[in-house]
Amino acid sequence: MFYTALFILSFYSFPASGVLPNALTLPTKDTLFIPVYNYDELKPLITKDNDTTYVINFWATWCTPCVQELPYFVELNKTFKNQAFRLILVSLDFKKDYIRKLQPFVVERSLESNVVVLEDNHSSYWIDDIDKTWSGSIPATLVFKGNQRAFYERTFHDPDELKEIVKPYLNL
Amino acid sequence: MKNVFGKMILAFFAVAMMSAVTPVDDGYKVGEQAADFALKNVDGTMVSLKDYKGVNGYIVVFTCNTCPYALMYEDRIIALHNKYASMGYPVVAINPNDPSVKPGDDFASMQARAKEKSYPFKYLFDDGQKVFPAFGATRTPHVYLLDANRYVRYIGAIDDNAQNPAEVSVKYLENAIAALKAGNNPDPSETKAIGCTIKVKS
Repeated sequence: MFYTALFILSFYSFPASGVLPNALTLPTKDTLFIPVYNYDELKPLITKDNDTTYVINFWATWCTPCVQELPYFVELNKTFKNQAFRLILVSLDFKKDYIRKLQPFVVERSLESNVVVLEDNHSSYWIDDIDKTWSGSIPATLVFKGNQRAFYERTFHDPDELKEIVKPYLNL
Repeated sequence: MKNVFGKMILAFFAVAMMSAVTPVDDGYKVGEQAADFALKNVDGTMVSLKDYKGVNGYIVVFTCNTCPYALMYEDRIIALHNKYASMGYPVVAINPNDPSVKPGDDFASMQARAKEKSYPFKYLFDDGQKVFPAFGATRTPHVYLLDANRYVRYIGAIDDNAQNPAEVSVKYLENAIAALKAGNNPDPSETKAIGCTIKVKS
């Protein structure tokens, strides 16, 4: 979608030449392409009521245990790629790190379609709204499908543990 | 038969998971009295809350050397002590992390950090990790404001903007102290914030 917008935009800006200027055809390393949401914008993504199973992992590049468990989520995503399954990795990185640290990390691990950033200072509100039991430490993971849900304020230590949690949601 | 066995395994897993994810909510609630403790300070002495004479309360902060959130609040924690210790509310900082899990949070590193930043407050090491679970602390930084009799009056965040002190709009902890000084109950008495997990052996 970003590329499409950019494509249209570049034509719009340079209608006479009809040539796409190189600088605009691809995002440069200084352009942030990861979506940044406040909680009101994020909430619809993490409260969907349909037949898809969602795994929402709250993490950050500065959080060592988060980065350690991230490959298990990636593996989960591969395992269930043919199922009604969606992995969303909600980054709580610091603003100063979005382009410098987060984006290169996301590109290196090909997580472009899974990562969104939550930037919202009202954490005392949204932590509770996401789950009453969540104290605010990360990593934290929400699994849900429709009304079925579970919240885990902890680190996972192997991929199988995660798969066993998700399987019942997928009726496997 | 195989299917039944599989379901039994699943059920076992489900129970095991549920017990594994029981949230750490066993700590002190607002209104409960915290037990005193004796922990080693960076100067080598053992420190208990009863050692503080003539205070009106305690700002107990679970913090550490390594968590980026704790570091973003470090200068603010120093400033809090400098402002409130003379009013009878000293900061008591406690590092809850197991240094075998989180290198950099060992006692020698704590001493180095305290010296480098000239910590004006006690920086205690929760050696054996008995104190943070009693409080119910789950992250760094995690603040417990106690009154003179060690009753917990506020739990949570220092303010509402970790990343930028200049953009703070609500100073939760300072408001809570002001409420205590005025003889009122802090409102809110609990807030939540993002932070680092407390590092324990798995």
